Amino acid sequence: MTAHVTSPRFKRNAAEALADAQLQQALKFVEVNFAARRREVAERLPEFDALRDSARDIKDHTLRHLDLYLDAFQQRVEAAGGHVHFAVTAEDARRIVLDICRAAGARTVTKGKSMVSEEIGLNDFLAANGINPVETDLGEYLIQIRGEMPSHIIAPAVHLTKEQVEADFRRVHTHLPADRSLVEPSTMLAEARGILRERFLAADVGITGANFLVAETGTSIIVTNEGNGDLTQTLPKVHVVLATIEKLIPTLEDVAQILRVLARSATGQELSVYTTFSTGPRRAGDPDGPEAYHVVILDNGRSAMLGGAFQDMLRCIRCGACMNHCPVYHAVGGHAYGWVYPGPMGAVLTPSLVGVDRAGHLPNASTFCGRCEEVCPVRIPLPRMMRAWREREFERHLSPATVRSGLAVWAFFAKRPRLYGLATAIAAFVLGWAGRRRGRFAWLPLARGWTRDRDFPAPAGSTFQAQWRRARRDHR
Amino acid sequence: MSARDTILASIRRSLGVSGQEAPRRAAVASRLALHPVGLVPARGQRESERRALFRAMVELASGTVEEVARPEDVPGAVASFLRAHNLPLSVRRGSDPRLEALPWERERTLAVATGASDGSDLVAVSHAFGAAAETGTLMLTSGPDNPTTLNFLPDTHIVVVRADEIAGDYETLWQRLRAKYGAGRMPRTVNWITGPSRSADIEQTLILGAHGPRRLHVIVLDG
Repeated sequence: MTAHVTSPRFKRNAAEALADAQLQQALKFVEVNFAARRREVAERLPEFDALRDSARDIKDHTLRHLDLYLDAFQQRVEAAGGHVHFAVTAEDARRIVLDICRAAGARTVTKGKSMVSEEIGLNDFLAANGINPVETDLGEYLIQIRGEMPSHIIAPAVHLTKEQVEADFRRVHTHLPADRSLVEPSTMLAEARGILRERFLAADVGITGANFLVAETGTSIIVTNEGNGDLTQTLPKVHVVLATIEKLIPTLEDVAQILRVLARSATGQELSVYTTFSTGPRRAGDPDGPEAYHVVILDNGRSAMLGGAFQDMLRCIRCGACMNHCPVYHAVGGHAYGWVYPGPMGAVLTPSLVGVDRAGHLPNASTFCGRCEEVCPVRIPLPRMMRAWREREFERHLSPATVRSGLAVWAFFAKRPRLYGLATAIAAFVLGWAGRRRGRFAWLPLARGWTRDRDFPAPAGSTFQAQWRRARRDHR
Repeated sequence: MSARDTILASIRRSLGVSGQEAPRRAAVASRLALHPVGLVPARGQRESERRALFRAMVELASGTVEEVARPEDVPGAVASFLRAHNLPLSVRRGSDPRLEALPWERERTLAVATGASDGSDLVAVSHAFGAAAETGTLMLTSGPDNPTTLNFLPDTHIVVVRADEIAGDYETLWQRLRAKYGAGRMPRTVNWITGPSRSADIEQTLILGAHGPRRLHVIVLDG
């Protein structure tokens, strides 16, 4: 776990994000675009919701039989002439990848977009060992030249404006004329394409992630729109696939089910442009393709999630719909979450992988509106699991003393309904009387955390319970 | 204990299983052997509407489609497409027998090279293994006669697909692939292609031609 974790300072991250005008400008697009596109494409397919059930069931079945499917996958890869490497920890995975690169005499490796690579901090490790990693997905390339982490799992540079991209290109691509025009995104894309095309052709090893691993055939699958992943894995001598244990899917038919919900949920496309199925190295007589094919399968704490409260999180197919529909993500973006996985899925997964002691703020950063679960293509109960993390945080005495004592006071009353009713009635009356002129409070004792950023509305009458009793009485 | 054994043991401990339970092993073996078909959308299933659906979905993904009646019309269609887009009359193709059999020599001004691409070709011509109408998706398989580089390096990709090989859904294509390569076996690379390459990584502005082709043209061949 080397990717730097700033989740413990989530509150400060979030405050900075809210004050960052460029970030707020960039985030405007997320809320509008992704949600509308997903809705449109989902409405066009009457079977969409039933396919989500099917995808959920396939993932559940696979997780319950994961040991056996991993075994079958390994056998098929080896039968096709490929190699499978198992890695218990991030460090193991980095070491395996480095050894493969060294054996190939690699100086430059190209990379397709891989969240697992971000999770294990592979780029820094390779660079520290004299190997130059080149990200080839446009978004990943942008954050690599900025030295940042992705802020979204499928759109890593979604936090940037085109003006920032222009400035970065001028800063880094110094061999190009300084007076060139870089106003349009299409010009920037063409510039990156030209630069990366040379890197593709020069690379010794290509590293990709995997959206899925197919047990039936020993196949790894990548789903992309740019085609960079395909050039990454076709042109170099060696193709390394970096995947985690929960990517297993039994059969090609099962993959077809899940592919029908993946792109629709992610970008609102009917299907991504390139879905590529790779099995082993190039065959006798093939005019192109890699001479060697390695799959590195990483656990990194996932096997311990099986059979427990967070097993359902392993169904995640990394579409990003939960963050695209999350009001908290819309407000603060991905970097505030402080690690590689942001949004609701990150709020559940990050505590599992880096510990709730460091990531406990994340499951608290939720309005519990439930939109993430509503749109999840594999129906992960994200709000329920965020609640489970909150409970664990409380049990382990990790929450701040003020929260704990506040909860204790509340619990004292909540367990005594009559006292609760009386206390709230008095509070409503007193607050209503005190705020009768302005209708709101700019300041309240013990509630500065609330009133610092907004006014507290004054109660406008009796409590709900009192109104309820009255309404029932009147009704009779 | 190897890393593999450590991970498998951890999975089994979490799941509360030994790995030897006969019902679990049978469930996995039968799923892998029978690969049951799940839910298939109705939209591609009506044969009379399939070609129109395929065309509509390719166009939705920013590709273009034309239909030709006979194999001997393909070289002419390729040349006309190049002229219409002011592209040089030069293509690279694999030595796929279905492409070899076409009368390329009739287009005297069209230069046709064969084999893998080194990145200097502007236009590639491939023959698809088949297509799925449900999303306008072409399926291409790698092999001695079908270089994968042709699908990604050239700027313009022209793909020929036989009309009777346009299936309604992905599952039909998997069945055909198994019939050709054998159960549990795949060619090195199977490419599903749905429209030309694109990126929306800069302010979510959609731009065609990110790293792969910026144009995808499909020639549907009758009979």
